[in-house]
Amino acid sequence: MISVQISEIIKSYGKKIALDNISVSINKGELFGFIGPDGAGKTTLFRILTSLLIPNHGFAKVENLDVVKDYKNIRKIVGYMPGRFSLYQDLSVEENLQFFASVFGTTIEENYHLIEDIYVQIEPFKKRLAGNLSGGMKQKLALSCALIHKPEVLFLDEPTTGVDAVSRKEFWEMLKKLKNFGITIIVSTPYMDEAELCDRIALIQNGKILSIQSPQKIISEYKLPLIAIRSDDMYLLVKDLKNLDQTNSVFLFGEYVHFTSKLSKINIETIEAFLSLKGHTNIKFKNIKPDIEDCFMALIENDRMSK
Amino acid sequence: MRTILYLLQKEFIQIFRNKTMLPIIFILPIVQLIILVNAATLEMKNIDIVVVDNDLSTSSRKLTAKFEGSKFFNVNEFTFSIEKAKQELLKNEADIIINIPSGFEKDLFSQEKTKIQLLINAINSTAGGLTNFYATMVISDFNKNIISENINILPLKSYKNINVIPKFWYNPELNYKIYMLPGILVILVTVIGMFLSSLNLVREKEMGTIEQINVTPIKKYQFIAGKLIPFWIIALFELAFGLIIGKLLFQVPMIGSLFLLFGFASVYLLVMLGIGLFISTIAENQQQVLFINFFFLLVFILMSGIFTPVESMPDWSQKVNIINPLAYFMKVIRMVLLKGSAFNDIKKQFFSLLVYASIVLSLAVWRYRKVV
Repeated sequence: MISVQISEIIKSYGKKIALDNISVSINKGELFGFIGPDGAGKTTLFRILTSLLIPNHGFAKVENLDVVKDYKNIRKIVGYMPGRFSLYQDLSVEENLQFFASVFGTTIEENYHLIEDIYVQIEPFKKRLAGNLSGGMKQKLALSCALIHKPEVLFLDEPTTGVDAVSRKEFWEMLKKLKNFGITIIVSTPYMDEAELCDRIALIQNGKILSIQSPQKIISEYKLPLIAIRSDDMYLLVKDLKNLDQTNSVFLFGEYVHFTSKLSKINIETIEAFLSLKGHTNIKFKNIKPDIEDCFMALIENDRMSK
Repeated sequence: MRTILYLLQKEFIQIFRNKTMLPIIFILPIVQLIILVNAATLEMKNIDIVVVDNDLSTSSRKLTAKFEGSKFFNVNEFTFSIEKAKQELLKNEADIIINIPSGFEKDLFSQEKTKIQLLINAINSTAGGLTNFYATMVISDFNKNIISENINILPLKSYKNINVIPKFWYNPELNYKIYMLPGILVILVTVIGMFLSSLNLVREKEMGTIEQINVTPIKKYQFIAGKLIPFWIIALFELAFGLIIGKLLFQVPMIGSLFLLFGFASVYLLVMLGIGLFISTIAENQQQVLFINFFFLLVFILMSGIFTPVESMPDWSQKVNIINPLAYFMKVIRMVLLKGSAFNDIKKQFFSLLVYASIVLSLAVWRYRKVV
C-alpha cells in the first residue's frame, strides 16, 4: 500500500530550480531516506509534503490526501520535525510536549506508548527549559513532539545534523522501533552511513533523483573496480592519480583515496610503479567493498557524463 | 475554542518567564508617567528677565517689583545699557528684556500714557508667545493699580471698559498635568500593547517555531487570537495601573464612567494590536517590525493632538486623522476623564474604531500565511 506518492513535482525559487521533476512512491510503514548533499532540495521537498509549500507543477499525496487541496487534513496526520530546532526554547520539556499534544486535541497519556522509549531518556529533565538541552536531547524532544499525536507519516528533516555519533546511533535505533507501530517514516540526511539503515533510499542531487533503491541493491549494482590507496602525501596523491590513463575517479575518503579504474580489473603494479615514479613514499593498497558514498559519487559522475 | 485556551496558556507561561517582561509592565509606566507628565508641560516658570531701567522712579520700581513678585518670573539682572541686555538675550541667559525708558513716570502722569518695550526670545514660538502673554498680564495689572490709586487725579474715561472674568471649564486651574497625563497614558498603553504583541509574533518566525506551529491543525484566527489576547489584557491592565498612578500622584479627576473608558480602550487596543500584528505578519524579523511600528506610531502620536490641538491643524491633516486611532482615544480619554462625557458623546468614535478593528484584524488573519 502506498503511503506517500510524489508525482512530477517541480518547484523553483525564481530562476533557481529546487526540485526538478521528482516522482517517488513510498510504501506504508517504510523507512525511506532522501540522501543528498546540502542544497539538493531535500527540505523543499519535505515542506511540500507537509503542506508548507506549494509546488509549481505536479502533485503529491500523503495517505491519499492531496497536499494542496487537503492541506487541513494533512496537518492532522503528519508529524514533522524541521531541520532547525523549532520547539519553544523558553518552555520546559514537559510544557512543550503538553502544548503540542493539546493543539492536536490529544493528551500525553493517550499516545504515551509511542514515545515511551524516547521520552524516558529525557524525562529526568522534564522541568528543564528546552533551550538548555543538549543537541541530542533536543532531537529526542522534537521527535517526541512530532509523534505525540500519533501521525500516520513522520517527516524528519536532517534529524541528526549537529548531533554526536552516539546520539545519532541511538536516534536511528528509535526510528527502527517506531516502524513497528506501522508509521511511515521519511527521513532526509546528508550522512551516507545513515542511508544503509533505511529500507529504501532516494539519492538526490541538484533537485534531481539519481536512484531509488534499497541501499543493498544500490551497492550490489555498483560494478566499477574499486580500491583504496594511501601514501604520505595525500594531496599530491589525488592530483597525480587524476593524471593516470586508467583512472575513472579519485575521491578522498578519510585517510584513503577511493580509486576506480576504467579498466575491468585494477592493475596494482602499474599504479604503484606510476606513483613511485612520481616520488610517493609509503604507498599502501587496500581492497574495499563499495559503500553508499561510492555509489553516490559514481551516480553523480554518470549524471554529469550523460549531460 | 479550547485550542485558543491552550495557546493563551502557552503565551502567558512564556510572557511571565521572560525576565524583562515584569519591569516593562510595572516599572516602565511609573517612570514614564512621573517623568513625562512633569516634564512635558507647556506651563512656563522661571522666565528670566533682564530689566533695563533708565527711569529709576517709584513707578518703574513698582513695575519691576510686580514682576519679581510673580511666580513666573525671575528678575536676574538690572542694567542701564540696552546693549548689555541684548548680550544676555544672545547668550540665552535671559528670556525677556523689559526696557523702561527714562521719563516713564513723568509721561505716565503728565500725558496719561507712557511706553515700555518688551524684547522676547522667541526661538520657541510657543514659549515666546506665553512669555509675552504673562508679561502683558503683569503690566495690565500694574496699569489697573495705577488707575485705582490715582482715581482722583485721572479723568474718569480711562477705566470705563468691559471687565472680562474668564472661567476655565473642565480644568479650572489650567493644570497642565491633568491634561497631559491621559495623553501620555494613551501612548504608554499603545506602545506596550502594539510592540509586545507584534514582536512576539515575529519572534516565532525568527526562532523557526512558526514552522512547527504551521504543520499543526491550529487555525489562522486561533493563532492570531493567541497572540492578541494576552497583550490586550496586559495593555488594559496597564491602563488601570496608569490611572491609579495618575490618581495617587497627580490627582487626575475621573469624572466620567471608568467602565465606559475601559470599554472604549478595549476596542481601541484591538485596532492598535491588530495593526501591530498585521505588520508582523508581513515582516521577517524583529528589526523590521520595530522600524515599521515606530514609523506609524510616531506619525500617529504627533498627529493625535497630544500636544497641539487637532483643531488647530490644517484641514488635510485633520482628514488624515480619520485613520489615526490614537487621535480617537486621545480625545475620548480626556473627554471621559476630565469632562465626564457619556457613551452618547463618544459613540461616533466608538463605532468608528469598532469598524477599524474588524478591518485590521481581518487583514492580519488574512495576511498570516501558514504556507511559506
